[in-house]
Formats: sequence, C-alpha cells, structure tokens
Amino acid sequence: MAKSEQEILEGLAEIVNEETGIPAGDVQPEKSFTDDLDIDSLSMMTIVVNAEEKFGVRIPDDDVKGLSTVGDAVNYIQKASA
Amino acid sequence: MSESRPSDSQRVVVTGLGATTPLGGDVASTWSAMLAGQSGVKVITDDWVEMIPVHIAAPVAVDPSEVLPVPQIRRMDRSGQFALIAAREAWADAGSPEIDPERKGVVIASGIGGVTTLLAAYDTLKERGARRVLPMTVPMLMPNGPAAVVGLELTARAGVHTPVSACSSGAEAIAYAVDMIRSGRADVVAAGGTEAAIHVLPLAGFAAMQALSTRNDEPERASRPYDKGRDGFVLGEGAGVVILETLDHARARGARIYGEVAGTGITADAHHMAQPDPVGAGASRAMALAVEGAGAVPSDVVHINAHATSTPIGDVAEVQAIRSALGDATDGACVSATKSMTGHLLGAAGAVESIATLLALYHRTAPPTTNLEDLDDDVSLDVVRAEPRTLPDGELLALNNSFGFGGHNVAVAFRTVEA
Repeated sequence: MAKSEQEILEGLAEIVNEETGIPAGDVQPEKSFTDDLDIDSLSMMTIVVNAEEKFGVRIPDDDVKGLSTVGDAVNYIQKASA
Repeated sequence: MSESRPSDSQRVVVTGLGATTPLGGDVASTWSAMLAGQSGVKVITDDWVEMIPVHIAAPVAVDPSEVLPVPQIRRMDRSGQFALIAAREAWADAGSPEIDPERKGVVIASGIGGVTTLLAAYDTLKERGARRVLPMTVPMLMPNGPAAVVGLELTARAGVHTPVSACSSGAEAIAYAVDMIRSGRADVVAAGGTEAAIHVLPLAGFAAMQALSTRNDEPERASRPYDKGRDGFVLGEGAGVVILETLDHARARGARIYGEVAGTGITADAHHMAQPDPVGAGASRAMALAVEGAGAVPSDVVHINAHATSTPIGDVAEVQAIRSALGDATDGACVSATKSMTGHLLGAAGAVESIATLLALYHRTAPPTTNLEDLDDDVSLDVVRAEPRTLPDGELLALNNSFGFGGHNVAVAFRTVEA
C-alpha cells in the first residue's frame, strides 16, 4: 500500500527516536542527519536497516550516501515503495 | 598482624560500590536481601525452557529496561547494560570525583561477554538474511564491550581492560586494577564483572555437563552450598563494580573508605578444563598468597566468602583448599556461601562477592548461607548458617574466593580500614 509523505516521515521519526533518543518532533524534512541531528554513521546504518524493514524497501549502501536530509530519505522511501 | 605492609601510597582501598543482582537493583537492596537470607532464584518462563532439563535461574531483580532509556538499551548487550548500571552507582557512591581522564582506568570482566547478542544476531541472519544484521552487532557482542561502555561513560583513558577467567573473572578484574594503581598507571580504577548468559544455549551447555541444579519445583531452595541435598549450581546474571584508589588519594579527597584490598593471590590448576583439583593445591596457594600479600598470617582471617557454587564436588574441594591454606586457623574464620542467595553470576560473581565481603567487614556482619539444612559431613568449616554473624571489633581480614572453569584460582584479601 502506498504511504503518504506524512506517514513515512512519522514512521522514520519513530525509528530515529528509538535509535537515538532524538524527539520525533525534531525529525523534520529540512534537517540534515549529520549536521543538524548529529547522527553518527553506525546509527545511520541502523536506521536504514530498520527503515527497510518497516517500509518494505531496499536502500543500497551507495544510495544511502545521497540521503543528506530527512526529506531526502522520505522522498527515497516513497519512490522505492511506489 | 605483622608490619610488612606497603606504604599508604601503595595501599589500595575501595571507595565506591555498585551492583545490579538477582537480589536487588543496587547495592543497598542486594545487601539487605542478603542479610535476610532471601533467594533470587525464579522459574524461567521463556518458552525455550521446555528444551532443557533446567527450568530455574536467577535473573536480575530490576530489569535494565526499567532504568535505562531505549536508545541506550539498543546499543548495548545485556551484560553491558548491567555493567553501566553498576558502574554509575559505584562512581556516584565514590562521590563522582573529578579525575584527569589519563589517570582513570576501567577493568570490567565477563565470562562470556555479549553471548545473547551473538545468538540473536545469528537467529536474525538465518531467519531474515545478512542485511538484517544490525551495525552495532559487533560492538555489542565483543567481550570487551562492557568494559568499553564503562570506559566511555567515565572517560577513562589510562586503560580499559577485560581479563577473562570464567567464574573468577570478576575477582581477577579487581586484582588487575590493584596492579594498575600500584604500578602507577592509574589513580582511580572502576573494576568488576558482569554476566548476562541466561539463554537456552549456555543453559543447555551447563546442563549437559550436569553442572546445574534441576530442583525445578523448588527454585528458591535449589542453590544450597554445603547442604547434603545440593545438586548443582543455579545460573544467575548481574554485575558488580567497585571504585579503587590508593589510601593516600582517598584520604586526600575525603572519600568514604569501605575497606582495603590488602592482598591478592592468583594461580592456575593445570588439572582439568572444568573440574577442580580435588586437593585444591592451586586454590590453597592463591589464598596463601593473598594472606601473605596482605602482610598477614592465617589466624588474622576472620571471615571467608567462599566460592561454593552448590556443586557436589566443588564445594568440598574448596574446603580442602581452605584447610590446606589456613591450617587450624580455619576454625577461627566464619564462612558465608552467598551463591545460596544470588545463584552463580559467573563473570560477575567475583565482583559481587567482593562487595559482599567488603560490606561484611564494613558493617562487621557476615551474611548467612541460606538453604543450609543438612550440613555435608565433609564440610568441616564454621559456616554462617541461617542468621548473619556479628564480626569482632578491631582490624579484620577477610578472604573472597573465586575459582573458574579452566582451573583459574583467585583469592582476594580485604581488610578493614580505620576511619
């Protein structure tokens, strides 16, 4: 079933919160994972694995490099699950 | 006691205690449960229990999920969670001193480290594929994980170590920390042990060796060191951490001193991979070394926290070793077998039992040995039975014994310190 951008954002925020403790409300589309949210590479990889599971998508390691902001990730997941 | 002691700048004392055990989520609740002779043994409720003949274990009284936030829980193996909780309590108990990171050390041992992480990751690999194996899997399963977690928490840069010697690991960690301080590598060291191995595989392994009690219908009566009805140990989990520094350093900052690590003795049996030497020569020598290192003689020992795991062979082998080391002075020492209450915490046992020994001296009260109803004829010791025993006034010396599969013997001599 296709998910809306909002649903994906909320799902991703939940994953980020569980992994890092960052409040879900802080996980906004314009935020950079590394610069704004201060998420290290191991946490980022964990978030990717959990997102693949949650949204039933595949996010190859090479594509992860291109996901700088939360919005980039939401768009990617939406396209991948279309 | 004789006067062949090191100077106050070389004498190492304990200024903080921390623990999470089957008897309580901290030292105070653990100690009061111990004095009351309570048992931390419970029936295992996981569905895998039907696979094995042993249905009892001693889980921690307070689960880490009640104490640590989810993101922290997810980044550590259960053994690391225990170590962190115990280390935080110990450090706060020591007054959270400001110490130069390069003078701070950590020595946290574990018998088997992140075994539940390893096994869960393997299940994930088999059931859902390699891509589902989480990135933090290796840091979580590595045996030095708990030590590294605590090192990170305390910003310890003098060195972070994990000596492994099965069931004597926790005591060996304390001995290693003493050396670290005496050799000048560190001023303050957090030392102890942790274990989280209540899982069907380790249990199946121990059960296959016939090492575990199968008194499934009476869990609280299953761990019964020295009793004729003992049939093996009960697996427990948890962690114990102590903060160590020199007597000079402790006094200079006005720290509360629980006692001194007066001497340590470490030997090896070279006898069998899992059975103790029946005459206990190595164990005896470890005790003698600890007493000697304390500048003391056998008659100075007033209390022993025995290793005594509740196995038919092990309990008696240790008695031989004690008699061999202390001779007739054995009769002047009251012996407590606290695994009767906590179960066997493997890599954490030596640390948790060191804490029990220190508190026995600090409060001048030796804890009881619970479930001792019918004393084995071969146990010719003055065992502290159902009620705690008051210890005398004055300077006191006590021994804590820990012996591990593989023939590792560690004896630590603790001494009261005048206020």
